[in-house]
Amino acid sequence: MIQVREVTKRYGAKTVVDHLSFTAKPGKVTGFLGPNGAGKSTTMRMIVGLDAPNSGDVLVNGKPYASSQAPLHEIGVLLEAKAGHPGRTAVSHLLALARTHGIPRSRVDEVLELAGLSAVAHKRVGAFSLGMGQRLGIAAALLGDPAVVMLDEPVNGLDPEGVLWVRNLLSGLAAEGRTVMLSSHLMSEVSLIAEHLIIVGRGKLLADTTVADLVTAEGVRVVTPAPDALRTLIGGPDVTVTSTGAEELFVTGRTTREIGLAAATRGIPLFELTSQNASLEEAFMDLTRDAVEYEAAR
Amino acid sequence: MKITPGGVVAAEWTKFSSLRSTWITTGISVLLLIVFGTIASASFSGDSLSAVDLALSGSTLAALAVGVLGALLAASEYTTGMIRATLAAVPRRLPVLWSKSLVAGLAALVVMTAGAFAAFALGSAVLNQDVGALGLGDDGVVRALVGAGLYLGLVAVLGVALGMLVRSSAGAIAILAGVLLIVPGLAALLPDAIADAITPYLPSNAGSAVMTLTQGEGTLAPWTGLAVFAGYVVVTLGVAAYRLKKSDA
Repeated sequence: MIQVREVTKRYGAKTVVDHLSFTAKPGKVTGFLGPNGAGKSTTMRMIVGLDAPNSGDVLVNGKPYASSQAPLHEIGVLLEAKAGHPGRTAVSHLLALARTHGIPRSRVDEVLELAGLSAVAHKRVGAFSLGMGQRLGIAAALLGDPAVVMLDEPVNGLDPEGVLWVRNLLSGLAAEGRTVMLSSHLMSEVSLIAEHLIIVGRGKLLADTTVADLVTAEGVRVVTPAPDALRTLIGGPDVTVTSTGAEELFVTGRTTREIGLAAATRGIPLFELTSQNASLEEAFMDLTRDAVEYEAAR
Repeated sequence: MKITPGGVVAAEWTKFSSLRSTWITTGISVLLLIVFGTIASASFSGDSLSAVDLALSGSTLAALAVGVLGALLAASEYTTGMIRATLAAVPRRLPVLWSKSLVAGLAALVVMTAGAFAAFALGSAVLNQDVGALGLGDDGVVRALVGAGLYLGLVAVLGVALGMLVRSSAGAIAILAGVLLIVPGLAALLPDAIADAITPYLPSNAGSAVMTLTQGEGTLAPWTGLAVFAGYVVVTLGVAAYRLKKSDA
């Protein structure tokens, strides 16, 4: 279990993580989502004590990580692909980590096999592709048979077969009762693996939800020549109306029936009125729209 | 399965010994020591230097090479991103610094002590006839050779400390070269009264005292010199430990 409690991290004047709290529970895959620069990697570094929070604290399996007698048995992490000396072979890289805990050589061979790296075990890490680097990082994360597995953008650079492998591996680890957390900036990728979602933007918690709850965030697509008039007409406390095009609105909090009737009373023509399940990707974009750190010019 | 001090040392040894650069740098260090010592022994004529001093005349360059060895071992953790994996496995952090220092220091000590004896043996074999031959039984000879190994071992630890402190290979090597080679030259530019007072205490001068057979004016006694140099190393290690413990990786 990972408990992040009211954690704040500043680099100079910039607040990267802002009073963030969430819990990743055992037996589940938790997706940690947010746009680039949302503070995901910083949060993960704080979980394993690489960065110290300015305030708040983090517990791994109920205690501070640094106090553990066998840290690699508590949590296995992949923080970035190719985090290793390029001149070292895959097997030496893993052996160096294993020896700190007296983990036997046989376990090193085991995780290499599991990650599909047995054939390149004696190759230098510097010659590895990004995908092979990810596999090595995942192998390192599993070395200590950890209760928690935390991976930062694990499928970056993996081929489709590799993506599928990670998906199955992580669901398998969660099914064994382990806590699994993975970060991504792509909803489509996480929604296939995770059930629990932590969504952050600009270091703040935007949503602590489940994939199921997020998908049922229904909305109505309306196409009308008078969007402004309709917008005022149907507005209300629990209603959000977003403009999705020159004549298009996306409405939540009102049914198609309510909108149709309201439009009829004022004689506002409607070209289209459809109930929609917001796709996960859209739901995510909506949630994080205001929190995108690096946005392309429109 | 548990983290143990011995385990961390074993891990650091694995890291140290699994890099090609380790073997190259170590090889170069010992080669410099032996080749320079042999050449100097064969070519020097005069009575200002003893056979031991000549045999160890490569020690300045060898010191630079072992220092680079230690600096690379430590700084490469940061330049390659390995440090995150390292500290995630050993979140208490300081055992990593102690173990790295121990591994680099002991390896340099063993190899360079052997190198010093080899340089003396080869040097004695080709010694210029104008220089008086010495044997291992002569006063101070074994002390100077063992001292050379100890000094070079400490230089490797200094390299590790600098590498962990500045987290950049180029930066650590520049500081190391500056301290060992350039500072003594700069001190000579100071007014005589000041220069005479501080010169013996400069790191490389203090450390070299233990491997000089003929103590000149203005050098420290052998073991005092080594102790002063060890003091510099301990202080640098302390600062490196503080930064490692206190700042984000």
